[in-house]
Amino acid sequence: MIKHKKNFKLKHYINYIGIGFVTILFSILSLTGNASISLQFLLEKIAISIILAVSLGLVVGFLGELSLGHAGFMCIGAYIGGKVSAMLEASLGCGISNLLISLIVGGIAAGICGVIIGLPALRLRGDYLAIVTLAFGEIVKTIFINTSAESFGGATGLSTPRYNREFLFIYAFIIVLIMLFIVQNLIRSKHGRAITAIRDSEIASRATGINVTRYKLLVFALSAFFAGIAGVLFSFSNYRVQCTKFDYNYSIEILVMVVLGGMGNITGGIISSSLITLLQVKLATLLSGNLAVLQNVLYALILVLIVIYNNAPRLKGFREKYSIKVLFNKIFKKKADPATVRDDEAKWDRVPTKINVDDLLSMDLVVTESVAKPDKGGEHNE
Amino acid sequence: MNNNVSLPVLETKNLGVSFGGLKACSEVDITINKKEIYGLIGPNGAGKTTIFNLITGIYAPTTGEIYLCGEKINKLSQETICHKGVARTFQNIRLFNNMTVIRNVMVGLHNRKEFKCSFIESALRFPRQFKVEKAMREKAKEILRIFGLEEERNNLACNLPYGMQRKLEIARALATEPKLLLLDEPAAGMNPNETMELVETIKKIRDMFDITILLIEHDLKFVSGLCDRVTVLNFGKVLSTGTVSEVLNDPSVIEAYIGKDDE
Ligand SMILES: Nc1ncnc2c1ncn2[C@@H]1O[C@H](COP(=O)(O)OP(=O)(O)OP(=O)(O)O)[C@@H](O)[C@H]1O
Ligand SMILES: [Mg+2]
Repeated sequence: MIKHKKNFKLKHYINYIGIGFVTILFSILSLTGNASISLQFLLEKIAISIILAVSLGLVVGFLGELSLGHAGFMCIGAYIGGKVSAMLEASLGCGISNLLISLIVGGIAAGICGVIIGLPALRLRGDYLAIVTLAFGEIVKTIFINTSAESFGGATGLSTPRYNREFLFIYAFIIVLIMLFIVQNLIRSKHGRAITAIRDSEIASRATGINVTRYKLLVFALSAFFAGIAGVLFSFSNYRVQCTKFDYNYSIEILVMVVLGGMGNITGGIISSSLITLLQVKLATLLSGNLAVLQNVLYALILVLIVIYNNAPRLKGFREKYSIKVLFNKIFKKKADPATVRDDEAKWDRVPTKINVDDLLSMDLVVTESVAKPDKGGEHNE
Repeated sequence: MNNNVSLPVLETKNLGVSFGGLKACSEVDITINKKEIYGLIGPNGAGKTTIFNLITGIYAPTTGEIYLCGEKINKLSQETICHKGVARTFQNIRLFNNMTVIRNVMVGLHNRKEFKCSFIESALRFPRQFKVEKAMREKAKEILRIFGLEEERNNLACNLPYGMQRKLEIARALATEPKLLLLDEPAAGMNPNETMELVETIKKIRDMFDITILLIEHDLKFVSGLCDRVTVLNFGKVLSTGTVSEVLNDPSVIEAYIGKDDE
């Protein structure tokens, strides 16, 4: 009995332990002067990707709505937070108080836009909402390009204060930890349960008295808030904000991280976003000069291979033998029992989103289980 | 006001809705008293499910009013109607398929006053969060026990056999603490044994929770064994109302059912 308890505790805290360990390890390295600038930059990028993937995962994985405008929220956070920080630089300098204020302001600005985008989400379904969010991202980008040079820098971009690199990634990882704390507690509470209920059947949730409007807006706002914070960090990490970075491709990239991590799987999202970011940065440093064109080709190729490995029905047997999960279970001598889970555990990784994301990424490889399952009626009225 | 015994739990007056040109139901007057088990029967497409959808606020009526314990509810949202005390099941089962059985019931408990816990309290892990979660789990188990589903509580809802899914849906509806429970063909797809068991369970929950039940069913044996009164619908209109035997001897009902021996 006691052993049981220990087990599920580990499962609940694994994300904190993992991120905490990485944070402490690299903090020590950095503070003792053993971390290069490029390593610090890489760590900042990874932290930003984790925040983005987990926050988008809230909308896509837990609420089951498809958003293609996540980079738009990030863009708002980056500009507003960067601007606030630049304005405060004279009075507060580049200290932690300036950082905190600009993070919160940037996050809230994005969060408000999240509510505004959440409003059509109450009326629109699946692919239509995806189009709205897509348009939103492009609109945000265009607005900032057309600002004047004094306000947000226009096409040349906005330069932001230079925070100390040795600390910036540590702050970023602390923010990751805080975000995980909030998101995971929320998901494991009655509110998280209501959100997943909406995902599974909106009609039944309403009939059960769940305030669908409130929860949808809440999830959109929270997700946008964290995306905004990631944007602020991004602007500090690059010393400059340029809206061309926050385009459709970037939104898709975040979506890819979420999908590869497994819908509604926070740990998976953390791992996939870290690995993808690492891959990108490594490719960028390995292939420079004439070989730079190969960067995107290789990156795309590797993504395709991962998707095939994850989804192809032919590889099912292979996967069952060699996946990370199986390896983990072997090490901890845990027997995987897919049929039952304990009260406290959620079986989060079986989430049919309202729109088939595989289709969207043009990967017509599979009939996933969730699609093959007998359909108990769609979300339409009887 | 709700204690007023003379007030019916549900009253519809001249209720009707049309989709485009089609009158799915019209001039429906139903009055259901407290603790009654009331049946709604009629051939396919008679408008029975439509009436459920009107009562629960999925459709807005084009004519008439709906009163719950004397309070007009036909302009309210689905959520508010549920909060006022109407819970339902669906003809084509709608469970939260990717959630465990116990979680399905816990979603039903979501809005109860005793399980109040704000968003902030949950996100920041206040002690109340744990207390509420534990209390909800206990309560959910208690409800599952009534339906004999306690052992299944950690299975995914979609992995349950059909009969159990129907029962789980009733359990989830019951968890919202309704005054009026609407059951849309609760025995559909069940074998005779399960059906008999269900009759007993429905009577039991009526007495245990002091609720009123309105149910749709095709199986006349089921209806006559369970319902105090029934209303027969045909083409969206009330054909007859009364006890089961009264209604079945009504010439207009016999006429409507002629040529429909499968009913
Ligand atoms: N949303 C809608 N739009 C258009 N027509 C509808 C709609 N909902 C119901 N109808 C029509 O209203 C009529 C009554 O349907 P309803 O589902 O209420 O029948 P029912 O009595 O429940 O039948 P069954 O025994 O088959 O469940 C049908 O002709 C149906 O096509
Ligand atoms: Mg029906």
